[in-house]
Amino acid sequence: MTILKNHDTKGVAFVDDAKLTARHVNVFYGDKQAIFDVSLDVGANEVIALIGPSGCGKSTFLRCLNRMNDTIDRCQVQGDILLDGEPIYDGSMDVVPLRARVGMVFQKPNPFPKSIYDNVAYGPRLHGLATTRVELDAIVEYSLQRAGLWNEVKDRLDAPGTGLSGGQQQRLCIARTIAVDPEVILMDEPCSALDPIATAKIEELIDELRENYTIAIVTHSMQQAARVSQRTAYFHMGQLVEVNPTEQMFTTPEHTLTEAYITGRFG
Amino acid sequence: MDMNFNQHISAQFNADLETIRNKMMTMGGLVERQIAAAIDAICDGDSAVVEEVIRREDEVDRLEVAIDNACTQVLVLRQPAASDLRMVIAVSRVVRDLERMGDEACKIAIHAREYTQSSHSQICQQAIRSMGAEVVKMLTGALDAFARADVSDAVDVVRNDKLVDQQYASALRELITYMMEDPRSISQAINILWILRAIERIGDHARNISEQVIYLVSGTDVRHSSLSEIEERTQQ
Repeated sequence: MTILKNHDTKGVAFVDDAKLTARHVNVFYGDKQAIFDVSLDVGANEVIALIGPSGCGKSTFLRCLNRMNDTIDRCQVQGDILLDGEPIYDGSMDVVPLRARVGMVFQKPNPFPKSIYDNVAYGPRLHGLATTRVELDAIVEYSLQRAGLWNEVKDRLDAPGTGLSGGQQQRLCIARTIAVDPEVILMDEPCSALDPIATAKIEELIDELRENYTIAIVTHSMQQAARVSQRTAYFHMGQLVEVNPTEQMFTTPEHTLTEAYITGRFG
Repeated sequence: MDMNFNQHISAQFNADLETIRNKMMTMGGLVERQIAAAIDAICDGDSAVVEEVIRREDEVDRLEVAIDNACTQVLVLRQPAASDLRMVIAVSRVVRDLERMGDEACKIAIHAREYTQSSHSQICQQAIRSMGAEVVKMLTGALDAFARADVSDAVDVVRNDKLVDQQYASALRELITYMMEDPRSISQAINILWILRAIERIGDHARNISEQVIYLVSGTDVRHSSLSEIEERTQQ
């Protein structure tokens, strides 16, 4: 295994109030290196967008942030990733509470084959967040309200989650993530299976969620990155090429590769 | 992976941007000829030239609308980013300045009718000639700087605007002297004042175009900045 080092990331990769801190992260799938020496902070109450062409490592990097890559046998993560200064790859770190603190929303909505209520109540029950039915009801209502779904489903909480529309299912998954009271939400192309109206609702939601949570979102839509994030990180062939305030990234990027990608000269 | 960064994946997008840029240059060329013709008309008193400048003003207006619409189309259909976005925004701003320069050229042509018929037609002729030549040079310089994406040429144009402003102030002093010496010259002097004012405004618009060249190349917005601020910010 060779570790490539010393490439320069252009722009502002580090912030003062970091929630998540990644330093010199290298990721391997067997012998193949997927991420090369990536160092990046995700600030508290920040939405950071990770963009780049397919296979550039943005999803791999996102999955490092709550140790989702642990589920892949051949995957090996090197370097330091800290949540509030605490190393998450430390032997003493239990991944179950970690994944409750750092929740994840996937590309395809994946509700459990259960009722809407049980989909949201599943996590809080598992983590023992509610002792009475009243408390659980309150968590379910709060989570569905935060996910902007409450008004649409409050009269049919017993109906199966899989019966909802695609956009509603994705908001149900967001409600399910919120229900365990996370600090960080990771989103891996959350809107790529949704129509424009459902996408707009999720984007609106991301903006509201920023008040309480830190969000990292992988997206193929550059307009979406531009709309929802405060900073944007551009990955290219496993390297972090540039991180800058989103507004600057889409008007005056520093790196030629970023410029070429966002102006549609390759990708 | 195609690493030729000069071309977009979409050939039509390349073509659209190229068309917008070329049309802007065509419009710039037309406005340049309009201004030069209007200034010549004052000095030579050729009434056919005056009528031609007034007639072609419509053409300038039509180009402004057509180019601006083409910019809107690119924004809607392509959602350009980075240098492409700056190009579309800069062109959209430049054509507005060019249109106003066209208006000023038309004003000069209208005043030229009266100027050449008056007995005071020698007043300030030197100033009109030299300021006129200077602003045409500024416009040419600004358009060249745009075509070559050259910031240092653009800053030169901004520098020249300061000279035109000085010439304008000095010509005003000359006019005031005439008016004080011979009150019968006042109505003619005011006519000349309008002409000088129009030329000075053309210089300001050429400066605006140069500021857009700086935005296009570096992304720095230098509008409403002083010359020294612009020099400082473009050296960074």
